[in-house]
Amino acid sequence: MRLLAEMLSYPFLVRAFVGGVLVCVCAALLGVSLVLKRYSMIGDGLSHVSFGALSIALAAGWAPLAVSVPVVVTAAFFLLRMTEQSRVKSDAAIAMISASALAAGIVATSLTTGLTTDVSSYMFGSILAMSPSDVKLSVVLSAVVLGLFVFCYNKIFAVTFDESFARATGVRVSLYNVLIAVLTAVTIVLGMQMMGAMLISSLIIFPALTSMRVFRSFRAVVWSSALVSAVCFCLGMTASYYFSTPAGASVVLVNLGAFLCFWAAEKVRGRLRAGKGRDR
Amino acid sequence: MSSLITCSHVDFGYENHDAVIDLTMEVEEGDYLCVVGANGSGKSTLVKGLLGLLKPTAGTLVVSEELKRTGIGYLPQQTAAQRDFPATVCEVVISGALSRRGNRPFYSAKEKNMAAAAMEKLGILDLKRRCYRELSGGQQQRVLIARALCAAKKLLILDEPVTGLDPSAIQEFYGLVKRLNSEEGMAVLMVTHDVANIMGQASRILHLQQRALFFGTPAEYGETQVGRRFLGGGL
Repeated sequence: MRLLAEMLSYPFLVRAFVGGVLVCVCAALLGVSLVLKRYSMIGDGLSHVSFGALSIALAAGWAPLAVSVPVVVTAAFFLLRMTEQSRVKSDAAIAMISASALAAGIVATSLTTGLTTDVSSYMFGSILAMSPSDVKLSVVLSAVVLGLFVFCYNKIFAVTFDESFARATGVRVSLYNVLIAVLTAVTIVLGMQMMGAMLISSLIIFPALTSMRVFRSFRAVVWSSALVSAVCFCLGMTASYYFSTPAGASVVLVNLGAFLCFWAAEKVRGRLRAGKGRDR
Repeated sequence: MSSLITCSHVDFGYENHDAVIDLTMEVEEGDYLCVVGANGSGKSTLVKGLLGLLKPTAGTLVVSEELKRTGIGYLPQQTAAQRDFPATVCEVVISGALSRRGNRPFYSAKEKNMAAAAMEKLGILDLKRRCYRELSGGQQQRVLIARALCAAKKLLILDEPVTGLDPSAIQEFYGLVKRLNSEEGMAVLMVTHDVANIMGQASRILHLQQRALFFGTPAEYGETQVGRRFLGGGL
């Protein structure tokens, strides 16, 4: 309790908690749809593009968010297009784009300022990264994402489960795909300053995979992902403060722990069931 | 009998390549129409066209007013991603009623009753709370048909429905479709490779190879050269 009070007495930590929890919830909700549609790689690709854009903006002295949000949103459109057209080998293309963006970012910074702390914090995240304007943007983002998942829940289910059927019954599938990609792009730009470009994709993938171990209905998976993600983030941040470990990495390790717990729970339940089956 | 869908001299295709050329056919009420043909012969393109996802590049396609009102039930080919999807049977079935909701966000009791009725019809009401990925292939296919029934009253379009089912599930599946066709008066349009099995089922057969090579009853189909070759000379 004292630890918590102590932490919350620093304004930057309060910002990190508020902004972080909101971004985590968004990432988890969007992640359920992305993971189930086999688009997990898009999250990873976008985080590298986002790193490239941020470091170029930094090298040129532009406002980081104003540059990277449009760039990453454009990249999201592009990656989605590629994944939808099955002719292109999309996984290879995504890997190529993310490596190129990463390389461009590194070259741009080494030509100007050299690899400074700012760049390193974009790579691996920093607990100090959440500025008041970032927090404001994450409030807006999470309001949009939550609104989407509450009011368009059934449409999102239909689009995630079966695109061709949804299209045949008149759901505007492309609209929802683009919407999800754009929101993912914004989530990643916001989250990567804190989590780091290398680790942000875990916020998208882990909660969904964790919840899928135990829950069997889409509704439960969606809401459990959001909850698991928020709880893991808070635990990870507290641990990071207490043990002075990097914030992003601590959150990812807590997420891994949660995944292992849920996985074990699934195994135990499977055993119990099999045992019951034998008794009969 | 009135026509649900009428095509006259229709071409369907992408960009500058037509996958279906000069097709004239109709789907009538209570029909059981099977579309056969080799891979890449335009079957899936035709299905997309009939569903209204693809505009004809030539000719006219007329969909009856009644069908526009009641909707088309569609059973797409299953994707690998679906097979381990965490969703209950109930969630999947009710998603078929989505188009009836328009822009209203939540389902009402009416849609829930409809979903229950569809599950009852297909004998999967007791699986209601089960998870979709834990079902057998045949059960999954029943769930998807129940979903299609929520979307439509007059016409079901099935795209290679028996792919990946074991032989007994296939027979069960055909029995089910036949029952929906004869008892519920549901018109069926099925794309399939399984020609031997449908000969005794379908009321009409369309053999597609970009153009329609044959359109008529199964008995006539067995008499034609194209039919005999496709049936492997047997029967």
